[in-house]
This record gives sequence, structure tokens and C-alpha cells, in this order.
Amino acid sequence: MTLIERQARPSQGKASVSVRLAGVSKVFGRGSSAVRALDRISLQIAPGEFVCLIGASGCGKSTLLSLVAGLEQPTAGEVTVGGGKVAFMFQEAALFPWLTAAGNVELALRAHGSAKAERQRRAAELLELVHLGGFGGKRPHELSGGMRQRVSLARALAQDADVLLMDEPFGALDAMTRDVLHDELDRICAGRDLTVLFVTHNVREAVRLGDRVVVLSSRPGRVIEDFDVPIGRPRRIDSAAVAELAARITDRLREEMSRHGK
Amino acid sequence: MASDSAARGLVMLEASAQLQDARGSRLRARAGKAWAALWPKALAIAIVLAGWQLIHLSGWKKDIFPGPGATLANLWDQLHTGLLWHAIGTTLQRAVVGFGLAVLIGSVVGALVSRIKPLRAAIGSLITGLQTMPSIAWFPFAIILFGISTTAIMFVIVLGAAPSIANGLIAGVDYTPPTLLRAGKVMGLRRLSLYRYLILPASLPAFVAGLKQGWAFAWRSLMAGELLVVIANQPSIGVLLSTDQDQADMVSATAIIIVILVIGIVVDSLFNVANGAIRRRWGLAGS
Repeated sequence: MTLIERQARPSQGKASVSVRLAGVSKVFGRGSSAVRALDRISLQIAPGEFVCLIGASGCGKSTLLSLVAGLEQPTAGEVTVGGGKVAFMFQEAALFPWLTAAGNVELALRAHGSAKAERQRRAAELLELVHLGGFGGKRPHELSGGMRQRVSLARALAQDADVLLMDEPFGALDAMTRDVLHDELDRICAGRDLTVLFVTHNVREAVRLGDRVVVLSSRPGRVIEDFDVPIGRPRRIDSAAVAELAARITDRLREEMSRHGK
Repeated sequence: MASDSAARGLVMLEASAQLQDARGSRLRARAGKAWAALWPKALAIAIVLAGWQLIHLSGWKKDIFPGPGATLANLWDQLHTGLLWHAIGTTLQRAVVGFGLAVLIGSVVGALVSRIKPLRAAIGSLITGLQTMPSIAWFPFAIILFGISTTAIMFVIVLGAAPSIANGLIAGVDYTPPTLLRAGKVMGLRRLSLYRYLILPASLPAFVAGLKQGWAFAWRSLMAGELLVVIANQPSIGVLLSTDQDQADMVSATAIIIVILVIGIVVDSLFNVANGAIRRRWGLAGS
């Protein structure tokens, strides 16, 4: 069912924008204690595009993802998601400890109403895709941090979403594991028409992964610059081209932070 | 060639010896673990018996207070009469039915109160209030309402146990980790499915803790009930104890108390087994 929908949907053309934010503001609280987390953010992301959001802590990156996911409503402006289906991956794997790895993936499939045999087949397939074939029977606590994030990725992919939101998903992992998962993410995204919005505070990671890197200012969060990443794939996080662009983006961030006196 | 196969034979022999070694050491490890769990209990029982025997030897209330020897002999004799087993049967049947009812009612009330805000505001603190109420205080009420009957006992068991069970479930729902809730919501779990696939399983450890506490209350209420609500021709543990009191049979009374204690401990350890299994499954148990 979902497979047919996927094929029937024109991959490009019909909707040339997958995620659109138009003048989006978000204010938490009221009166004197009100905090403006996001200020008139406008952003357009094309289908299949991989966009990294970067900024100092408190710039409202996570709030922006929550708005796109529909977990929160904007105070002003409009958020539109073409296709509508959104999956989310968090910094913590947030796997359900009472289920096995396969059970976690199957639950995501269940929420979309496929039959049991089909769920089991798809879950095994997805675990294979994230290189966890044979680990389906393990419980989350028996897996390493990196493996848990792989299960979390498989679970997000199980939702067959058009848009994948990732909130610092590799932030708690060691550099080696993160490096391997960058490659995996590249490989998986290359094979499908998936729009990704990836939040990080690691500039190199943003340049390593993104087609675009959007830099946000803090308090309130505003788009201060939108960098294209004209570096061919496969990329390496320690390559000179990545380092060079990362340095430019870091400079821009520093400039912004010093303007705020922080 | 020949030496080659001989060497291979040797290697295989060695391997099988290692295998047997491993098997042997596993068995030893298991026996060691059982021993480690057992000896403190055995020692504790021995200390209690020794203390008891000392008090007996000191001659304190010599005419009434029985020693462990006489008591255990009496218990042994009673275990060979049908009456004690019949009484245990009646009491356990009441315990199972009463506790079962309490689980049913406590779970339904807990589920409703945890999800419906006005209901929680209305009776949330009432449930905790009921939990602190000594169950024996309910008996005059229950006896007037239902007469000297099993219903009166059941009524008090449910009132004693259901609040703990309901509170266990409510606590479990309240402490469902917000990260898991968020993950469930973005996965498309809503309302009933969110409850069934996320909140209920996430509440399981707290629910089992509530069951354990509920059992303790149910067992206490049942014993109080059987002593207060003596139903003729229906031997139960409470009736035996009450008869012993009437006949001033201290030896038998002490033997029955041991029976009550043992049943309470056995059931409690069943809950501990369930709790341990969940904790291992979730990876919460310290290895």
C-alpha cells in the first residue's frame, strides 16, 4: 500500500518544495517572561534535499524541528510539509526497552497499519539496511550506543516518511562511530527520495552531510546565512574541502556570537 | 599421515576435555550462585530458632510459651491432618478471588484516573487516603452491610488492596519517560494505540510494584477478616487460629502463625521473581 503510494508520487516536479517555513515565529510563555525562540524564519527545502541546521545552543534548532513535526504550533507564520509524513530521530535513541530491536521497528510499521507477516519482513529488511541483520532479537540494553541509533534510524525509515527530522542524532556518540554512521546515512539517503532536516552543533558534521547548511543566530533564532555545500560525494569529514568550508561557517558563527557579546 | 591423524585426535581430545571442563565449571557456578542465595536465609532461620530456644530455656513464661521443638512437632502433626490443608485451601481460595477482584478493580480505576484529568482531581487523593486506612477499621461496616459472610471479607480485601494497585498503575503512567512518549507520538501512535503499545508496557514495573504492595494489604485484610468474621463449618486459617485462642492452645497458635508467615513470604517471592524478570528484560538489573 505505502509502497504503491511511494511509486505513484512524482518524485520531483509536482511539489518542488518539501518543507516550507514562511515567516515562522515561536514565542514561549507570555508577558514579561515570554521568550522568543524563533523569529520570522523563512526556509524552503526541496524534495530529496539534505539540509543541516547549525547554531549556538539556544538558537531554537530543536524548536524548529518540533514545529515541522507538528509537535508544536507556531505563534506566527506557516509551516507546510509536502506529502505530510514526517519521521523523527532524537539524540537519545528513545527505543522502547520492553521490545527487541525488531519489535521496535515493527511497532513503527504497526502504527501505519501493515499486517504482521509483512511487518516482520520489513523490519528484518530495514535492520539489514542499517547493518544490524541478526541483531533483531536483541533488546536495546544489549546494544551499543551506535547500534541503538542504527535501530532508531531503521525505526524512522519504517515510517516511510517523506521528511526525516534528525535532532543531533549522533551527538552522544564517539567520533569513530559517528564517522561510520555518516557513511551509512549517506548511503541510505542516496537510495531514496528522502528530505532530511538535520540539526547539529558540529560544523564539520554539517558540512560532511548537508547539501545546504543553514546558520541560525541565537535568542531569537533567525536565519543569518544559507551556505550551499558544493562538495562531491562521497565526502570525508577530514577532507580539506570540508575543513575549508567548515572554517568559513565557523567564522560566520563566531562573528554572530561576538555581536551578542557571548 | 599417521602422526597427523594422531595429532588431530589429540587436539579433538583436548577440545572435548575443555568442553567438559566448561560444562563442569558452569554447573559449579550455578551451584555456587544457589548457595550464595541460600546460606544467608538458612543462617537467619537458624539464628531465629536458636534465639527462640534460648528464650524457652531461660524459663520465661515457661508454662505457656512453647519452644521451637514442640511447635515444629505440632506443625508437623497438623500437616498430616486434613484440617490444616482444608483451612489453607479455603484461605488461599479467598486470597486468590479477593486479590483477583482487587487487581481487576484497581487496574480499571487506575487506568481511568491516570487518563481523565477531572477524575484524578476528584478521587486521586481519595485513593491514597484509602490506601492508608487500616483495613480492620472496615470490618464493622462490612459486617453490618454483608453479615458474617465471605462477601464481607472480600469487600475488605478489595478495599485494602485495590488502592495500592490503582496507585501503582497511576505512578507508572505518570513516570512514562517523556522521550519515549515523544518517540511514540512521532511514530504515529495516538490515543488508544499510544496507551496500549507505549504507556501500559512502560508502566509495567510500577504496576508490578503496586501488585506486590496490594498483595501485602490483601493478605493482612484476609487474616484480620478470618479472625473477625468466623463462619461456622468453614475451616480457614483464621478459624484455626481463633479456635486455638479459645482453647488457649499456644503451641498450635504458634504453628499456624508460622504457616501464615510462610505463605506470605512465598507469594511475595513470586512477585520478586516477576519483578526481577522485568528488570532483566529491560536491562535495569545490576549484573
